[in-house]
Amino acid sequence: MTQLVLVPVLLPLLGAGLCLVLGRSARAQRLISVLVLATVVATAATLLYRADRYGPQSVSIAGWTSDIGISLVADRLSALLLLISTVVTLCVLLYSFGQGIVEFGRNTPLSVFHPTYLVLSAGVSNAFLSADLFNLFVGFEVLLAASYVLITLGGTEARIRAGTVYVIVSFVSSVFFLIAIACVYAATGTVNFAELSRRLPDLPEGTQLVLQLMLLVTFAIKAAIFPLSFWLPDSYPTAPAPVTAVFAGLLTKVGIYAIVRTQTLLFPETDLRSVLLWASILTMLVGILGAIAQSDIKRVLSFTLVSHIGYMLFGIAIASQLALSGAIFYIVHHITVQTVLFLVAGLVEWRAGTTNLDRLGGLARSAPILSVIFFVPAMNLAGIPPFSGFLGKVALGKAGIAAGDWLAVLGVGASIAASLLTLYAVAKVWNRAFWQPVDPDVAVDAGEDWAHGPLHGHDQVSTGTQVSTMWKVSELDRLPRGMALPTVALVLVTVTLTLAAGPLFEITDRAAAELMLRTPYVQAVLGDAP
Amino acid sequence: MSSNLVLVVVVAFLVGCGVTLMLERSLTRILVGFVMIGNGVNLLFIIASGPAGDPPLLGDVARTDMVDPLPQAMALTAIVITLGMTAFGLALAYRAWQLSGHDDVQDDLEDDLVRRRAHRDDVSASFDDVESGLPDEEGTDEEDPR
Repeated sequence: MTQLVLVPVLLPLLGAGLCLVLGRSARAQRLISVLVLATVVATAATLLYRADRYGPQSVSIAGWTSDIGISLVADRLSALLLLISTVVTLCVLLYSFGQGIVEFGRNTPLSVFHPTYLVLSAGVSNAFLSADLFNLFVGFEVLLAASYVLITLGGTEARIRAGTVYVIVSFVSSVFFLIAIACVYAATGTVNFAELSRRLPDLPEGTQLVLQLMLLVTFAIKAAIFPLSFWLPDSYPTAPAPVTAVFAGLLTKVGIYAIVRTQTLLFPETDLRSVLLWASILTMLVGILGAIAQSDIKRVLSFTLVSHIGYMLFGIAIASQLALSGAIFYIVHHITVQTVLFLVAGLVEWRAGTTNLDRLGGLARSAPILSVIFFVPAMNLAGIPPFSGFLGKVALGKAGIAAGDWLAVLGVGASIAASLLTLYAVAKVWNRAFWQPVDPDVAVDAGEDWAHGPLHGHDQVSTGTQVSTMWKVSELDRLPRGMALPTVALVLVTVTLTLAAGPLFEITDRAAAELMLRTPYVQAVLGDAP
Repeated sequence: MSSNLVLVVVVAFLVGCGVTLMLERSLTRILVGFVMIGNGVNLLFIIASGPAGDPPLLGDVARTDMVDPLPQAMALTAIVITLGMTAFGLALAYRAWQLSGHDDVQDDLEDDLVRRRAHRDDVSASFDDVESGLPDEEGTDEEDPR
């Protein structure tokens, strides 16, 4: 049964190959993608059950021993994140079908999307499951290569510009990762996490610190932690809505996962607690201040994404069981909420032709369903009491207070300030796009602009290729069912996370305990050898 | 562990040149810089494998004289990945050149817009909106008739 661990990595890759072969038939491609991802969801659920019940599930590929071969491991943390990420991936895939009519016109090569999307899914799974640094690097590269293609889909000028920044930043972080791996290998003679957790404590403290810092910088670029976060709001908003949504949900969280894994398993007695705490505080505050200054929904959301990465890092920095549990809960919550908000932004764009707040208005009256599916996750993101965002923040806050030192308490204060400012930012979006009536002057201006085709720089950034079709679309008064239903389904998932917060917290508690204990993971990988 | 000083110097040279090139604006130069750093890092893996030895072929040489094969496998993987990434980067640079006649990495337009708006408008526009009766707490500066 442990062979199941291979499925989330291998199946999407095989599916991607099949999709490429069947590039002519869009219907066959869709069928394969959905079947593959649905199977992976089922597998991930089974893995989570088995990891929770019987301990970490480990496989050594092709029977090579774990010190020279490649192992994949699903412990509670990996399996939980794998499950939630594949659920999100599947929903976004269904959403992209609905959007297909608008988005995949003559500008976009349809046959490329599905294989790339599946490769992205395989890369994310590989990163979550890998049990050694080098395989983690390969997982990162697989998902990055797929993301390069997706972020420049269609090759329009705005996307090429934004994609260039993204690609270069990712190159730099990959190179950093390689250097870190070479240094780790030179110092210890292994890249296997379990083996490293035994050998690293024997190294001189300075060497350990250098290795830890190099890995942290690498993952901090991927996870968009301040001061390494500036690439994200620049590059994400221009991509097609489903692509942005899945990037926002998953890619930064893979970086956070890598930080959790290396911090808890390799460097449990860290000297960098205060550095991490400061980084998390600054990430929360700087990110959200950026969000307030923006006037485009997608950019507001990109900045809130950066800001909320700070919460997860806060939990990792405190590193008590409660804090880690809260951080894992927050990751799960944030993957779903941030994705669904970007999907809603895509719907707003489809409905009104723009995501620019200066041009939007009156959506609450003209599109009530859209308003509801924006309002619920938006309040969830801001952490309004009944929702899961509030519960995650309470857990992190309690952990911060329990830690007791002034820096942790300052972090709790910053997290409260950041969530109030998040409320301000999403309330601003709500007021201007949904609540307040359309300003007649602006509406006329905007209408003329759309009729005249390409917009000035302002909107090219935010709307990409849809410019030519958008003014026709805005005349339609119904939401496209293919896009709306997956979004509603994901909203329901976020609500379910709230309702099922009790059992979910039990799982994250056990996951955090497993992380702190370290021995279950190490034994699963290395066998019971001493 | 003793390592080869010449290799270390070569790595430092390659990475140094690569970093300098990556600081340029033109995407093609950045890519050349990336390739140089990539090669430097691959050499770093060879340094990490320790002193040179016999080729790691089982049965032909004594195990004690073998060089560590694992970093070589990693370096090979890294070379393949660098190749793919460079190919994509070149395609990107070509497309940028096709669209705009150059391949310079450009600034974030929207960011620039926000910055300019802040520069122009030192008082938040919400102060005017109270007079005009519009319950708007945020600046709709551009459309402001003033």
